[in-house]
Amino acid sequence: MNLRKIKTRHTETHVLEGGSGPDLLFLHGAGGITLEDPFLQALAAKYHVYAPLLPGYGESDECAEIRDMLDVTLHTYDVAEALGLKKPILAGHSMGGMIAAEMAAIAPNEVEKLCLICPAGLWLEDHQIPDLFSLLPYELPAYLFHDAEAGGKLMTAGMDFSNLDFLKAFLIQNARQMGMAGKLLFPIPERGLRERLYRIKARTVLIWGDSDKLIVPRYAQEFKKLIAKCELVSIAEAGHLVPLEQTAQTVAALGRLG
Amino acid sequence: MKFTWFNLMPWPHLPADFREKNRSVWVDIDSTLYDPVRGHDVYNDYLDLLEYADQLGFDGVGVNEHHQNAYGMMPSPNIMAAALTRRTKNAAIVVLGNSIALYNPPVRVAEEFAMLDVMCGGRLVAGFPVGTSMDTNYCYGQIPALTREKYLEAHELIIRAWKEDKPFAFNGRYNKLRHVNIWPKPIQNPPPIHIPGGGSVETYDFCLDNTYSYSYLSFTGYIRAKALMQGYWDRLTERNEPDESPYRAGFAQTIVVGETDKEAEDLYKEHVNYFYNRCLHVHAGFADAPGYRTIKTIQSGALSQYAPNMGDLSNLSWKQLLDDGYVVAGSPDTVREKLEHLAKSLRVGNLFCLMHVGDMPADKCKHSSKLFAEKVMPKMRNIFPEYDNDTRFWAQPLAKRATPAPVDAALKTRETVAGE
Repeated sequence: MNLRKIKTRHTETHVLEGGSGPDLLFLHGAGGITLEDPFLQALAAKYHVYAPLLPGYGESDECAEIRDMLDVTLHTYDVAEALGLKKPILAGHSMGGMIAAEMAAIAPNEVEKLCLICPAGLWLEDHQIPDLFSLLPYELPAYLFHDAEAGGKLMTAGMDFSNLDFLKAFLIQNARQMGMAGKLLFPIPERGLRERLYRIKARTVLIWGDSDKLIVPRYAQEFKKLIAKCELVSIAEAGHLVPLEQTAQTVAALGRLG
Repeated sequence: MKFTWFNLMPWPHLPADFREKNRSVWVDIDSTLYDPVRGHDVYNDYLDLLEYADQLGFDGVGVNEHHQNAYGMMPSPNIMAAALTRRTKNAAIVVLGNSIALYNPPVRVAEEFAMLDVMCGGRLVAGFPVGTSMDTNYCYGQIPALTREKYLEAHELIIRAWKEDKPFAFNGRYNKLRHVNIWPKPIQNPPPIHIPGGGSVETYDFCLDNTYSYSYLSFTGYIRAKALMQGYWDRLTERNEPDESPYRAGFAQTIVVGETDKEAEDLYKEHVNYFYNRCLHVHAGFADAPGYRTIKTIQSGALSQYAPNMGDLSNLSWKQLLDDGYVVAGSPDTVREKLEHLAKSLRVGNLFCLMHVGDMPADKCKHSSKLFAEKVMPKMRNIFPEYDNDTRFWAQPLAKRATPAPVDAALKTRETVAGE
């Protein structure tokens, strides 16, 4: 995977790119994504992967002009346009899945193959999504992983919050990334997607980890009900970070789009 | 110096094991701990104390805004301020302030502050805080990264609503109003404006651009505040501002006064402890929603006083609280000496005196306030004589103000009879 920089109307955007095969535009979740991400590496074996970083993620500039769901949706179309992509497979994880679903709903003729991996965007009164923005770092693994202990080790490797320089760097990264994510997810990760999902024409594969404790599998039923051509693939022994915990199965499920 | 008697209005009945059994005094505090019947007495006691401070000769009486917070029971400071307009006579009514991004539309703030200023005869000092992250983001659901933009728009709208003589249309991003035309308008137009800040350069500049007073309201005391306030004064120098009036700045300090140092400790220690142990118990996850502070501010090292690593304040000894300046306590002489140092080292002309602390009962609070007013305040009046004529940052009331008509004794009797 390589890092590429492109310009859109609003901002410079950093894009992780690599692999060969059909074009695949992958939209990351609120935690962001890096060049070393094993899921991206696995995708690159089958696809030409483009993973743009939202403003504030990685080295991407923050962008004050991008404020809401419509802005982010159109910005991501601008990114695809700048990359010269023509109807790539569109995939997204969590917050990225929410954006991908919006893109497919707002311009249904532009997206033919859609993969939503435990997307955000709906809200069920009886299955409320925990407040990601008030969780402390050590509380996250229990929500994100099937195996919280192993996941916790993965997440906190090298973290030392008693070191003030580390703390400051962490807070800056967190403010940049989650500040951006908050425009879509704070305080409740719902921006009216339910009313628009009926517009999606794309063949859709929906992937959900059976042990997802952040957006519980009940949400999979809801998305499946609201999207016309939707196939659900449930994956055992996987939490919200299903692409990390069950990488091969997630890639295989995405492969059902052909 | 201008002295404002301030009461955060804490709930004084938090249980001794509050800290062990609850994760936060703010946002998601157990609401069954509140008892509205006891609350009736608490509010009335606190209003009595604010009125007493006016009688004692404090320059101002202060109220502020917090939400879902057991140490700050004024979700609407304007209601408290309105209650104070009637029985206080001379003190400025310092509302510090209204979190203007939270009012929809913010014209409401222009209207209510105008009402207050008219009711009290031009005694209003108005505050425009962004609001803490706990209040603004976690309780009132504002998107953190957009809060400041919304705040600035609200500010522009309020100032225009006060200033403009004709109805105008306001096409903002967050407020679309075809006919802005507030009625009534404030006597002081605009009233003096104070901005509570937490060390961001943007807020320093905002105050200097608009000739607003910058206030630092912390609970960590004057010694720790030095760097932050110096940042403000350095910024003022850097920008070549025409004067360095100390009234451009304010500071909040917990103060308790006894006849002697020992009496102060004996009388107030338990209440100070209640405040630092129970009231400041805020879940770290609510301290600072990501995006609420600008990157520049975090880079400057200005973190929320509730952020992790800011130190555990719950078990500070009386000696530590005093030595590190969290609390200024002691005999009138001790307190005066420390506050003179505070005023000069921070260069602040506006002192917000947190004279009611934690679960302090009214009699002790009166004792402390009276000693302060009689034995400390008079000796500190003239710390900055060269700026005596600086009227930009304080209320300029009408010379002749209305007073409430006396209660009709005959009607009062009938009321009592009816109540029996």
